[in-house]
Amino acid sequence: MAETHQDSGGDRPQTPVLAPGHTYATVTATIADVVLKRPLDWRWAIGMGIGTSLLIIFTGAVANLLYMGTGIWGINAPVMWGWAIINFVWWVGIGHAGTLISAILLLLKQQWRTSINRFAEAMTLFAVACAGLFPLLHMGRPWKFFWMMPYPSTLGLLPQWRSPLVWDVFAVSTYATVSALFWYVGLLPDLATLRDRAKNKYVAMIYGSLALGWRGSARHWSRYKSAYMLLAALATPLVVSVHTVVSLDFAASVIPGWHATIFPPYFVAGAIFSGFAMVVTLCVPLRSWYGLKDFITDRHLDNMAKIMLATGMVVGYGYATELFIAWYSNNPYEEFLLLNARPFGTYSNAWRFMFFCNVGIPQLLWFPAIRRNAGLLWVISIFVNIGMWLERYVIVITSLSQDFLPSSWADYSATKWDVATYVGTIGLFTFLIFLFVRVLPAIAISEMRELVHETSHEHGAHGDGRVAVEAHGENR
Amino acid sequence: MSGAHAPETPEVYGLMAEFDEPERLVEVTRSAFDRGFRMMEAYSPFPVEDLDHALGYHRNKVPRTVFAGALLGGLGGFLMQCWSAMYYYPHNIAGKPLFSWPAFIPITFETTVLGGSLAAVFGMLYFNGLPKLYHPVFNAPEFARASDDGFFLCIQSRDPLFDPAETLAFLETCGPRSISVVPY
Repeated sequence: MAETHQDSGGDRPQTPVLAPGHTYATVTATIADVVLKRPLDWRWAIGMGIGTSLLIIFTGAVANLLYMGTGIWGINAPVMWGWAIINFVWWVGIGHAGTLISAILLLLKQQWRTSINRFAEAMTLFAVACAGLFPLLHMGRPWKFFWMMPYPSTLGLLPQWRSPLVWDVFAVSTYATVSALFWYVGLLPDLATLRDRAKNKYVAMIYGSLALGWRGSARHWSRYKSAYMLLAALATPLVVSVHTVVSLDFAASVIPGWHATIFPPYFVAGAIFSGFAMVVTLCVPLRSWYGLKDFITDRHLDNMAKIMLATGMVVGYGYATELFIAWYSNNPYEEFLLLNARPFGTYSNAWRFMFFCNVGIPQLLWFPAIRRNAGLLWVISIFVNIGMWLERYVIVITSLSQDFLPSSWADYSATKWDVATYVGTIGLFTFLIFLFVRVLPAIAISEMRELVHETSHEHGAHGDGRVAVEAHGENR
Repeated sequence: MSGAHAPETPEVYGLMAEFDEPERLVEVTRSAFDRGFRMMEAYSPFPVEDLDHALGYHRNKVPRTVFAGALLGGLGGFLMQCWSAMYYYPHNIAGKPLFSWPAFIPITFETTVLGGSLAAVFGMLYFNGLPKLYHPVFNAPEFARASDDGFFLCIQSRDPLFDPAETLAFLETCGPRSISVVPY
């Protein structure tokens, strides 16, 4: 880091990605014991309780939706997309940080990703699951979802391939499948570790079956590494394509405020921005509850904060470009929507708070002290999560409610069922995350062992696999 | 292992030596390879660089499988759309030509990635012979450490050079943490 090199004699090394003194065995034990040995934690129980309660609300909301139809939501004639699509885009965006961490940072050989990738991938998977529910429910007759897929239909119908909405079906389902595969492949060696460490016979049988008989042979590792790297290489363009296609759902239409070429890059940056915010939201409590501060160090928080700052700036640039183009294009509809309706119209509060959360608040991350303050960073991440939800709210609602003809305008307000469904998916997400940290290793153990090996080599001190990273008072 | 090389099924699968350090394992594997042992396998709790090369294993088939899978996925996706849009269900959408290939690219891309990823995972499992829940190496008493902090070399009894006493003596000179006989 630039600021540390200026220091006298440069003897202030940056916080390591792994606290010193760890061996292969301590890494294995610390991470695996969270699953196998650690007793029930009251904070976990409270979190799980909240998650499950919200999940029950979700079940009720969905049951009512299936019984009554989408009329229980606030959607109306011009604003047909409402909260369902806002939530869909929000959740998919959150998922993107997981793939970025696991695939792109892997290809870029960023060591610090190792301890957060498993967790971020799980977050991706659960976020995409929540995201996928919304378009399904929004269809009104979700049991006919397979109509979107090409299959030998007795109706003789096939999808309309020129529609971005059909692209979206393929993009999101491919993304969900590839994320699940990537996650599972990463888990294989760790499942074998849990199998070998489990004291209970049945627990060992379950993990053993899931590990598929992994035994760590050199030939297996060779194929495994090839497969893992290639999956990362495939997932990297995939993650960009997914949010691009999501943005094309909007951009390929002619609605003012949507029909813009800036949409794909601006959506992808926003996705990564919100995704990293969610990783921070989840990492900060996790690492303190489960004693994982040696692995998820302040360096990780610092790096994630920097990525949030960078992508937040790209998002801010996207907003500025939208405003500029609206003025520069001289298109009356664009001008009205972006320079009048959004900042001063019915939904101007959402617009202003969005700017505050996504452009204003992240500027605090310029300060290293704030980036290293876990509590403050957590609060900032919550602001970003809210801000990015509001961004989608502004995009979806303002453009639809006031398009070309004032005679077709209508206001939109969400109903309690919109809220219940949205809050319900947060419950589903929380439930899955809390379940995950109890039954699977939240940090990739085999990759951490590799990190122990690499760091012990970098510093020239090996022999019984100890990490000899210069210890410094910095790692709290 | 039906004992294709041995006249009768041997009772011993092989000799398993455990080492503390991955570098040591690579060295020992190399010297075993130089002595002519071929039917052997090394086990480690994380991928160790050069260990596969030390065993004389240089190229795996996963990359080309992924290429084939991606190609198949991409071609399949593109041709499916062409067939559907041009022959099976031709439909005039906004006056666009039936063969409007640029609009087919996003889905072609997605099916390419999907085909490649499925080939990567299932190809890797297939070539690794997984799932295979039972394997003789699990009989080695210390083998649970292969998923923790142990680095193992197993010289199999089906190797033509394998001799219970001599191979044991050779492994003992390599400074292992422990040596065990792996039964079937």
